[in-house]
Amino acid sequence: MSDDKPTPNTDEPVTGAEVDKAAEIAAAKAKVAEEAPPKNPWEEKPVPPVHSDAMDDDDVVALEGLVVSADLFTGTVTATVEAEKILDVCRFLKEERGYAFLVDLTAIDWPEREEGRFDIIYWLHRHEDSKRLRLRAILAEDQAIESVESIWGAANWMEREVYDLFGVIFENHPGLERILTWEGFNGHPLRKDFPVEGIDTGAAIYPDVYPPGGGPIVADEGEGA
Amino acid sequence: MMNGPERPLFDVEEMEISFGPQHPATHGVLRLQMKLDGERIVEAKPIIGYLHRGTEKLFETMTFPACIPHTDRLDYVNAAHNNQGFCITMEKLLGISIPPRAAYLRMILAELQRLASHLVWLATHAVDIGAITPFFYTFRERDEILDLFEEYCGARLTLNTMKIGGLPFELPEGWLDRCAKFVDAFPAHIDEYETLLTTNRIWKRRTVGVGVISPEDAINMGLTGPPLRGSGIEWDIRKVFPYDRYDEVEFDVPIGTNCDTYDRYLVRLEEMRQSIRILRQCLEKLPEGPIMAKAPKVLRSPEGMVYASVESPKGELGYFIVATEKGTTPYRCRVRPPSFVNLQALPQMVKGSLVADMMAVIGTLDIVLGEIDR
Repeated sequence: MSDDKPTPNTDEPVTGAEVDKAAEIAAAKAKVAEEAPPKNPWEEKPVPPVHSDAMDDDDVVALEGLVVSADLFTGTVTATVEAEKILDVCRFLKEERGYAFLVDLTAIDWPEREEGRFDIIYWLHRHEDSKRLRLRAILAEDQAIESVESIWGAANWMEREVYDLFGVIFENHPGLERILTWEGFNGHPLRKDFPVEGIDTGAAIYPDVYPPGGGPIVADEGEGA
Repeated sequence: MMNGPERPLFDVEEMEISFGPQHPATHGVLRLQMKLDGERIVEAKPIIGYLHRGTEKLFETMTFPACIPHTDRLDYVNAAHNNQGFCITMEKLLGISIPPRAAYLRMILAELQRLASHLVWLATHAVDIGAITPFFYTFRERDEILDLFEEYCGARLTLNTMKIGGLPFELPEGWLDRCAKFVDAFPAHIDEYETLLTTNRIWKRRTVGVGVISPEDAINMGLTGPPLRGSGIEWDIRKVFPYDRYDEVEFDVPIGTNCDTYDRYLVRLEEMRQSIRILRQCLEKLPEGPIMAKAPKVLRSPEGMVYASVESPKGELGYFIVATEKGTTPYRCRVRPPSFVNLQALPQMVKGSLVADMMAVIGTLDIVLGEIDR
């Protein structure tokens, strides 16, 4: 983006004549801008959305002490809740606040973050007024989280997918198995430390957790793989 | 077990059968592990992942505009909605508002794509149940739509026809007339399909009362799109969270009452009629003007999480993008695939029904494995 580059000649001394000229140009530009009709929104330089605090949102207020922090961005409230209390929060939101629909459940990996490695994201929907609420629970790498399958049936496969791709354990899930990769696959592909080009079973990156074996690429000694 | 548990009339054992992944009726590489009691399904367990290509991982390695061609490959009979979903999510993140002409052209492309996708559904659904004739009729019209796409962007399936901030190409000369001609001719073709199926006695015997899912279960299982509307819930992203210019066009959201396969069939046929209605209004209202918003050459994101969704022919197709400050690639891009969530309801819908009815249920869910496995 051209705006980011430092313009040349910034550090050079500016002569008096140049200053006058610059002022003239600026004045002329201002005049043109005054005369020109207002621009359409698609002709303006886009303004990115900004974050704001959302602790006064009714759902956040209704959850009282259970919400750690709440953030409003692009019209959506993201409420951060404690991972241990996720089942209570979800049950309350479904039964008392009418969030009968779980749109999506996914995870984000932040390997360097101090508070915990994973964000588990719950994306809820209420049919009455079409309001959506995003919940976020922060998990440490070896921490497990309670399954919400008993609240929304749709969570079943979504949690299996998060388990498969991120290695997050969901407690009391009816059948926590891999779903997109095969049984015996080494590692969890959407973790940031998993190489994009993939691994073969001979070069497992988590050999102590998942003993080698299975999968379509089985490295044979001597043939190279 | 007519004579009581201690003296069964026939000693029937449950049989385990693996169905697919190499089976034409599974619409791709879906595998089902079934437990059968004679012809009845005791339990069906879908096994997916045979087409997993790690698209979400790939997204993390490429710049925002470079992700768009990869979205085509998710739901490969429905590329336009995938492009549109990704683009509107990025526009929401960057604060870009697109020119009205671009929005209307996107809607035209999206509705044509909806017709094409529903035509594939109708063809394969009917073939699965045993009616081969509709296949030839629907693919004739689908080909006309693909010809329009080819003329516009050079591709027939993987369109890659939208850009963050608008559209890459202006329409070729005479395209709108040809599109209008197709739109005028199409309703008669829908009537033609209806004469083949709607009152057909065999079709009704194979679909009425098959694959029933109650509205409560449908919501609990997260169904969206025609499967949810077939269960009587009026719920369409185009109405609830209008994107592009869907708030400026008029259309109805058809719903079913019996929650079965036949109602979902009727819902989809009516959706095609409504798409034609939207197309007519778009062609009439299509404004002149630019097709690209003023967007920077290199897109740099603000920090945050953003989600936006479109009403794809299969249901709610959403993109969830996590961006970092001044990032040029998504930190994480999650696709909320409607087929993945809808397929989850399959075991519930086929439990206790005949094996042959499962074909009807797979067809009525209208799944695309490219989207499920990503």
